[in-house]
Amino acid sequence: MVRGVRIKDHGQEQRLFDRRALIAGSLIAVLTFVLIGRLFTLQVLRHDYYTELSTGNRIRIEPIPAARGLIFDRHGEELAVNQPAYQLELVPEEVPDLDKALNGLVALGLLRGEEVPDLKRTIRSRRKFDSVPVRLRMSEEDVARFAVRRFEFPGLDIKTRQTRWYPNGELAVHALGYVSSISENDLKHIDRDAYAGTALIGKLGVESAFEPQLHGTNGYREILINAQGRSVQRQGSLVRDLRTQASTAGRDLMLSLDLRAQRVAEEGLGAKRGAVVAIDPNNGDVIVLASRPGFDPGMFGRGVTRTEYSRLTNDIDKPLLNRALRGTYPSGSTIKPIIGLAGLTYRVVDPYRPQFCAGTFHLPGSRLLFREGKTGRHGAMDLPHAIAKSCDVYFYSLASQLGVDRIAAFMAPFGYGDLTDIDISGEKPGILPSRAWKMKTFKRPQDQVWFPGETVNFGVGQGYLLVTPLQLAHVTAVLAGRGKSFRPRLVTGIRDAKGHVESIAPIANKPIAGVSAANWNVVMDGMKGAVTYGTAAAISKDASYTIAGKTGTAQVFTVSRSERLTDKVAERLKDHAWFIAFAPVEAPRIAVAVLVENGGFGSAAAAPIARKVMDAYLLGETTTVAPQTEAPAD
Amino acid sequence: MIYEEVTSGSRTRRTITGTARMLLALKMDGPLLIGLSLVAVYGLIVLYSSSGQDLASVGRAGIRLGMGVIAMLVLAQVNPNFLRRTSPWLYGLGVLLLIVVDITGHIGKGAQRWLDLGIVRFQPSELLKLAVPMICAWYLHERPLPPSAKHLLALAALIVVPAGLIAAQPDLGTAVLVTIAGSLVVLMAGLQGRIIATLAGIGAIGAWFGWSFLHDYQRKRVLTFLDPQTDPLGAGYHIIQSQIAIGSGGVFGKGWMNGSQAQLDFLPESSTDFIFAVIGEEFGLLGVALLLLLYLFVVSRALFLAMQTQDTFARLLAGSLALTFFVYVFINAGMVSGLLPVVGVPLPLVSYGGTSMVTLLAGFGILMSLYSHRKLIGS
Repeated sequence: MVRGVRIKDHGQEQRLFDRRALIAGSLIAVLTFVLIGRLFTLQVLRHDYYTELSTGNRIRIEPIPAARGLIFDRHGEELAVNQPAYQLELVPEEVPDLDKALNGLVALGLLRGEEVPDLKRTIRSRRKFDSVPVRLRMSEEDVARFAVRRFEFPGLDIKTRQTRWYPNGELAVHALGYVSSISENDLKHIDRDAYAGTALIGKLGVESAFEPQLHGTNGYREILINAQGRSVQRQGSLVRDLRTQASTAGRDLMLSLDLRAQRVAEEGLGAKRGAVVAIDPNNGDVIVLASRPGFDPGMFGRGVTRTEYSRLTNDIDKPLLNRALRGTYPSGSTIKPIIGLAGLTYRVVDPYRPQFCAGTFHLPGSRLLFREGKTGRHGAMDLPHAIAKSCDVYFYSLASQLGVDRIAAFMAPFGYGDLTDIDISGEKPGILPSRAWKMKTFKRPQDQVWFPGETVNFGVGQGYLLVTPLQLAHVTAVLAGRGKSFRPRLVTGIRDAKGHVESIAPIANKPIAGVSAANWNVVMDGMKGAVTYGTAAAISKDASYTIAGKTGTAQVFTVSRSERLTDKVAERLKDHAWFIAFAPVEAPRIAVAVLVENGGFGSAAAAPIARKVMDAYLLGETTTVAPQTEAPAD
Repeated sequence: MIYEEVTSGSRTRRTITGTARMLLALKMDGPLLIGLSLVAVYGLIVLYSSSGQDLASVGRAGIRLGMGVIAMLVLAQVNPNFLRRTSPWLYGLGVLLLIVVDITGHIGKGAQRWLDLGIVRFQPSELLKLAVPMICAWYLHERPLPPSAKHLLALAALIVVPAGLIAAQPDLGTAVLVTIAGSLVVLMAGLQGRIIATLAGIGAIGAWFGWSFLHDYQRKRVLTFLDPQTDPLGAGYHIIQSQIAIGSGGVFGKGWMNGSQAQLDFLPESSTDFIFAVIGEEFGLLGVALLLLLYLFVVSRALFLAMQTQDTFARLLAGSLALTFFVYVFINAGMVSGLLPVVGVPLPLVSYGGTSMVTLLAGFGILMSLYSHRKLIGS
């Protein structure tokens, strides 16, 4: 045997192999349990985590938008309803190239180029998996145009959705408001989860103030999807239980508006700028809330473009301005009944002792001379006549005797200079001037002093005093209610999806204290006189009910005696015409304030509108069943 | 008194004894056959679910299973000495075919793994899965063990040439498996501990060096294995989805045909390389543990049979076949559960498609032949 040469030793090799085999066997057992350990980690320790991932993988939640609540007037006439419409929607995470998709839509004529930047911002601000409407209210032709090119637009689809429709067009738009696409700004205020799938949100008016009630609760539907994101019906042998939560429709609103009276008011204003507000003094129900010019609320639901919107905002007539709530004007002579009442209450005037009006008032202790507004001289006037004939001189004197502090203190409870707290937002408080107010408002010391001449002007509703038409309607309601009044409201009832109506109780304001019945009667007499023999005598002609009213003329521009305002003066420099009234005097059911901007005298421009509104409300309501006029066919 | 044994006792006992005789005549090993059958049937049941209740797929898998069983039966009858003498020829043929495939693949641009024989597509790499351990066992059969350095170099060459050709196809998974199959022969032959340690060191350097030769998609697979979240929708998608499938299965699973990951196509290749995840999802931890224990039984039995054989060729080859089978299981289950990188290794006897079913069963046929043809010393 040569050293170094090994021969096979079978016994030893067998033992070597067996040893290796045992080691390998043990190793295999260990590795098997390493695998089982790994599986234990995945399937037991991290089971919940992976279950969640797996659920997220296969189930997509699709929102079911709730139908928006409807809006009705007091007689159940439809003011805002829903209409199915086609709209183009986009799911951001499914669109590979947003710019390309939007530009493609522009090329198809479905979007305007100018809309793209805004739209892109909106899309970016929404959640990636939420469907975002990019084009509302598509015509059949638009739908067809998109349908043939659909394959070029992954992530975009046409959906049938409910959109808002206002059957009466512009009518009552400032009371109702409108709905519009949810903007970036809206998203900061709303619960995104609750609005997933909702395209429109209320803007202005009732639509905005009652958004929570109108919106309803969106439902959702779980959809089984496969890895390609496609919805599938079944998975393996079993159809999964997928949860579906039906949406709950928004609640319907019952408004106090009277559509007929509202129409009469808006037609009465016609092409003029102005506002009409009518309130039921017995409960604060707003019967009419009109502001002209208006605009088509439907255009916002459709998706208003930049040019359309800038046309609205740049319009010199300010159609977007809700004059009823936000227009502030000098009250003019409509203040006179209140000043008269203040004089009586503070006992500075004997209502039936005539004072002589020679057309001018000389402020004692000064050289200032205050002129009668229009009619020159009235002669001897007691308080009712002074109200009826709207004698400035009488009230110059009365205001001067009362002093600004007493006037302001007396007027405040009527609601001057304060919000009426109507149930829609945006209202302005106007200005009730006083010494304190002037001190606070002006910066220069010489401006902070209250001058006696300003009190004189205050007595006829000129100067610093500013009121809104709503405020003045409310003041009229306070007069009609002899000091009792209610918070104005548009919504009187809320009806849920089951048809159950929850009535909203009227909220009473604190009544005016300290005015005697006799004093109220004096002022009522004056206001009745105004429509029978006074400044607005024409409007009570043939009225089947009694009316109390007061005209007013708010100066826009002060002119000297020698240049009386004529039609030649620019239309926008003419005075604003006011008329306030309530009826029937014995048991008032409606209090109206009408403002016609640059309408000239209140009796000519504003009073007839008030009469028509009262007729529509008082008479229209009692004659709901029209007599049959057609002869039966023979 | 064989006759009496058969006639006496219960009917059941007679049946069992009869079956044992038949198996003996067929050169089959009963326990191993039972283990393999259970795994295969399990695989068909899962395939029915993962293929989306496609009976045609199950039928095709059944045909492949039948072909594998035939291959196993045939090979079990072959005398081991004949197998040993044929090894160099088989190996030579395999390498030749690999060269042909690589050349046609080069011309055809891209991955080319099979030869189209008209009726069937034949993957030469499958042949090498058996031929490489055979040639290694053949080489060591006449030589003293443990092998010397000179012989180790020769063995290394025998393994690396076909593995390199397969890797060039490119089919990294099979190349790795072929290398492992050959290396296991050497390991079982008693490779010294210090050489194993040295080789591990060289291997590490080789891996670093080999990185530069990997295709982009192969590199990406390795990188994604290290951190699947870096590419959740690309290369990491497979691993993430298969872990979700397994993890969401829990202890008891979502039930047969109720695995949402598999049924809704979130899990890619759910019938082939990732079928293990389907089992994890639908049958839970219990289901996968059962399968792994079945595999463990098969491998243990095969290893036991290897220990019973009496010549070097048979021992080494049988040992390698048994261990390679486990390597398949471990690589596949490890990759699907996120322990190992994604390499294209099917779950043995369960994954659908390819010729691996036939190769595996052929391997077991050889193993049974090696065992059943042993000379019974002392009997």
